[in-house]
Amino acid sequence: MAAFGATVIRAGRRFLSSLPALFGVLVFTFLLMRVLPGDPAVFFASGPNAGKEEIEVIRKQMGLNKPVPEQLMLYLYDVGRGNLGRSMMTGQLVTKDLRERLPASLELTFTALLIALVSAVPLGVLAALKPGSVIDHGVRLFCALGVCVPTFVSGLLLIYVFYYLLGLAPDPTGRVDIFATLPPSRTGFLLIDFLIAGDIEGWWAAFRQLILPAVSMALFVVAPLARITRASMLVSLGSDFVRTARSVGLPWWRVVVTYALRNAILPVITIAGIVFSTMLGANVLVEKVFSWPGVASYALDALLSSDYAPVQGFVLLMASVFVIVNLLVDVLYGIADPRVTIG
Amino acid sequence: MTSATLRHAGWILRGNPLTAVAAAGVLLLTLVAIFGPSIVPYDPIVSDVPQALLPPSAAHLAGTDQLGRDVFSRLIVAARLDLAIAVSAVGISFAIGAVIGAVCGYAGGRLDRAVGRFVDVLMAFPLFVLAMAMVAALGNRVENIIIATAIINLPFYIRFARAEVNVRRNLGWVEAARACGDSHISVVLRFLLPNVLPAMAVQISLNLGWAILNAAGLSFIGLGVKPPTPEWGIMVAEGARFISTGKWWLVAFPGLALMLAVLCFNLLGDGVRDILDPRMRT
Repeated sequence: MAAFGATVIRAGRRFLSSLPALFGVLVFTFLLMRVLPGDPAVFFASGPNAGKEEIEVIRKQMGLNKPVPEQLMLYLYDVGRGNLGRSMMTGQLVTKDLRERLPASLELTFTALLIALVSAVPLGVLAALKPGSVIDHGVRLFCALGVCVPTFVSGLLLIYVFYYLLGLAPDPTGRVDIFATLPPSRTGFLLIDFLIAGDIEGWWAAFRQLILPAVSMALFVVAPLARITRASMLVSLGSDFVRTARSVGLPWWRVVVTYALRNAILPVITIAGIVFSTMLGANVLVEKVFSWPGVASYALDALLSSDYAPVQGFVLLMASVFVIVNLLVDVLYGIADPRVTIG
Repeated sequence: MTSATLRHAGWILRGNPLTAVAAAGVLLLTLVAIFGPSIVPYDPIVSDVPQALLPPSAAHLAGTDQLGRDVFSRLIVAARLDLAIAVSAVGISFAIGAVIGAVCGYAGGRLDRAVGRFVDVLMAFPLFVLAMAMVAALGNRVENIIIATAIINLPFYIRFARAEVNVRRNLGWVEAARACGDSHISVVLRFLLPNVLPAMAVQISLNLGWAILNAAGLSFIGLGVKPPTPEWGIMVAEGARFISTGKWWLVAFPGLALMLAVLCFNLLGDGVRDILDPRMRT
């Protein structure tokens, strides 16, 4: 219980220390959008030939005629109330758009992270168990190549192989077939919603849509995860407590999993946090390749049609998700290694 | 470089032929970037519609695209732009980051903390998203891809230079330089910076690969480079429309070019690290 309390305190302290960074993020996004080319008032006006007075009126309505520091205060106030402005593309509030689309992005990212971890950790462990073996070199080669292939290329090649050549994958657009009936939305994660609704066929269809984008995203991050697993497993396997465990005759899987891996997993957790940031970026590319209806493709469409508010909201959202994930990583770290919290 | 270092480098290269291959690859890439446009068999821009979407053949080594342009020629010509973006972005980032980092590591105090905060803010963004937003803010042009890529690389150089200078600032030879009457600026620029440069060379090589991927990613989503300019990322983007109908060469070859370029820089970076720091060898 005391350990739990310590973890909570640590998480709280970490959260407080990430607040200045979050504030910096807010100011940064504000400044970023202030220097964006073009005048938003012109976009809101009736058309390209709107009169000067009309544009002036809209500028006043949007507060664009006020001095910059005051605009910043207004912006912070708006963000504080959860108002991120309105998208000119969809005509809806940005917060509403983002909330509708966030589950799609998170489902994709988390599935990809899961796939990456589930494949990277065993690969790293295998490589570390027999350093210099064929497996070790194979993993090394795979890692070296994995970080070099851009996500969008591997995604497209996966489409070519599994959709065009083998016909195993469905049409690579979106989360579900357009004619499919959606389950009642509870979590927004289709895989979970379909399960709750007991619709196995629907679940399978959604899973088939998800697997290619998730794998192409995972491929890119398997390398750093496997590499760090291998390195820290090597250290862990060479340590005294593993030798002791072996010498008292414990079964080898117990030595590897319970003793060596548990101790080797800490750096992996740290790297997983960094990897997650890469994945949030890769999201943009993968969502574009697979026409995935997530927040990234939404922001991208907005960006290409000079619609500020969604881009601003998206950048803010990504930074917040990243801060939260880092916090989570820190808490996990404390749980995995009690020394961190006690010390 | 002393002869001992050279001997050591030669020994490493013999033991690790991959580094030599990577160095040759980087050299080849540079030559292609310089001479590419004058040696390609076809014009990379002019379209030849009757020849559209042909699979790879002896006449068109990497096939032709939807406008009948030779993909191989476009790949070769694109090397210059892709490399130029990456090299200038990393160059800017390194020049600014190393100086800021070195000054912070040397001076410490309030300046150091302020810069540290700024770096924290930059690192609080997923970096690709940050680059995307910056290109949008600054304007959708190639120069801004370079600036955005330079800025997202900046934190790494600042941190690295800061840490390296910080551990050296009180060493004997630094104090000796100060005792001889050198100004602080002179100590940082003439003694500390040159001393940390070799270690930063590794970072530069690894970053070049990353910068290439980053720039290609940005142009893939429609930022920066505009068609019909040949560039690897945008070639993949244009080919993406034809992948579901089986026109694999439009994506595979630019993808391969990207992969090989990044691979060479990464391997070279690893090799340079082995040469400079034998303890880090994996």
